[in-house]
Amino acid sequence: MEDAKKLEEFQAKIDAEIKIEPKDWMPEDYRKHLQRQISQHAHSEVIGMQPEGNWISRAPSLRAKVVLLAKIQDEAGHGQYLYSAAETLGKSRDEYIEELQSEKAKYSSIFNYPTLTWADMGAVGWLVDGAAIVNQVSLQRTSYGPYARAMVRICKEESFHQRQGYEIIAHMAQGTPEQKAMAQDALNRFWWPSIMMFGPHDSDSPNTGNATLWKIKRETNDELRQKFIDKTVGQAEIIGLTIPDPDLKWNEARGHYDFGKMDWDEFWNVVKGNGPCNKQRLEHHKKAHKEGKWVREAALTYAQKQKEKQMVA
Amino acid sequence: MTQQDALINYCLRLGDTSLILGQRMAEWTSNGPTLEEDIALTNISLDLFGQARTFLTYAGEVEGKGRTEDDFAYHRNEREFYNTLLSERPNGHFGDTIARNFLHAAFLYHLYSALTKSKDDKIAALASKSLKEVTYHLRHSSEWIVRLGDGTVESHQKIQDSINDLWMFTGDLFVMNEVDELLIKEGIAANLNEIKKLWDNTVNEVLQRATLKRPIDGFMQKGRLEGRHAECLGHLLAEMQFLPRAYPDATW
Repeated sequence: MEDAKKLEEFQAKIDAEIKIEPKDWMPEDYRKHLQRQISQHAHSEVIGMQPEGNWISRAPSLRAKVVLLAKIQDEAGHGQYLYSAAETLGKSRDEYIEELQSEKAKYSSIFNYPTLTWADMGAVGWLVDGAAIVNQVSLQRTSYGPYARAMVRICKEESFHQRQGYEIIAHMAQGTPEQKAMAQDALNRFWWPSIMMFGPHDSDSPNTGNATLWKIKRETNDELRQKFIDKTVGQAEIIGLTIPDPDLKWNEARGHYDFGKMDWDEFWNVVKGNGPCNKQRLEHHKKAHKEGKWVREAALTYAQKQKEKQMVA
Repeated sequence: MTQQDALINYCLRLGDTSLILGQRMAEWTSNGPTLEEDIALTNISLDLFGQARTFLTYAGEVEGKGRTEDDFAYHRNEREFYNTLLSERPNGHFGDTIARNFLHAAFLYHLYSALTKSKDDKIAALASKSLKEVTYHLRHSSEWIVRLGDGTVESHQKIQDSINDLWMFTGDLFVMNEVDELLIKEGIAANLNEIKKLWDNTVNEVLQRATLKRPIDGFMQKGRLEGRHAECLGHLLAEMQFLPRAYPDATW
């Protein structure tokens, strides 16, 4: 009875567009949904550092190197705010990291693809960050306050990243024949995985029910995907690259682009761990974490000693 | 040797050192012991690349043949780099990196402090900008030296070993030749014998706070002034320079 009343008040707040804050009452499912979604988002930022980190040492100019390095550093920062937002839901960062490493938690599947040439630094910024922004802009209006605020901050930086990525690939598309081929190849490899980042079709996505009611999710997977495709097609045309989808064409009646069928079999395989880099990404994370253990212990011990000294004094 | 030649060489020494140490620090991306430390280490890397770019650009301006920062970074070979032997040492574990950074930051801190008074206005301006950054690098690494030295038994041993292992590369920091002689006379360069005394004080003070022992000065490696490096530099350059070398006609 108590809970029914609380639930009613909770829903009334959501309906009135009042943000839910950490100390407010919330249904357990709402809490769990957000813990899962925000931590998955944080893990994606952190794991996402690896495919781009793969090219820092080989960036072709010092300017390109610092731009890339600063971008990856921003991602680490996004991971930080998102872990902080997730911690307000009553679980520690250590617990979330443990879930990532034991494969109880996921991260965005896109990062299980390798970055094979420098053009991939363009494609990742342009397409992967571009797709992420469409989703994140929508999440700025999500009902959980700390998550919405983290998104506002993150969106500002992501739009820089998207432009920087586009700048790389646009420059290569106008470069030597070899550079142009690299740019087209990067688009060919990243296009389909990028549009699948929005998740399964709405008709195959049974979990969205409450997430929509609770305004965690403000737009559906298919709506977001369509937005991304509509804004990206023209960007490819301007720089003379071809989107690898023969069925892609403007539909006057819908006012949107129609597009071809996505390979969901591949998508689910990568989600389940069969992508080219799933094992590598997770092993890398575990290795760094394990190698840092003595450092974290030393810092804790030192802090403890200092505290004891202060107490004596 | 003309003053112009000496100044170009002096800028390359400073630029190369920041470049190579920056490249090493960038290797820490996604490998830090915590997310916060990952960010701190890449911050240092970004500062160092910024310094490298300004000093290499200035070398090109002094030379007057149109060479850019990228020409210097990507189109010279191992024997044409003048970075310190310490800067190119591989990262090893976190303690190795901290020890290298500390010994190096203490050097750059005092060097840049002195160079803020250089009679070459550009060197003085670049040094004073770099000094702000290096002050932070020295603080960051000193704090970790103390934490690790006065942390657990394991961390104490590890960081002491790291300092011991890197010690033989510290002598190279202070070696001088006719370039220094000429530029010191003109009031442009710093006298490294003076810097060495200041470095000694800083290093001794921090090691003492960290309950660590200063190694005894044994035989010191040398080579920076002649562009004679350890084997590891060639691999670092091969990786760093790959794209511009493989596609000489391309711009990026």
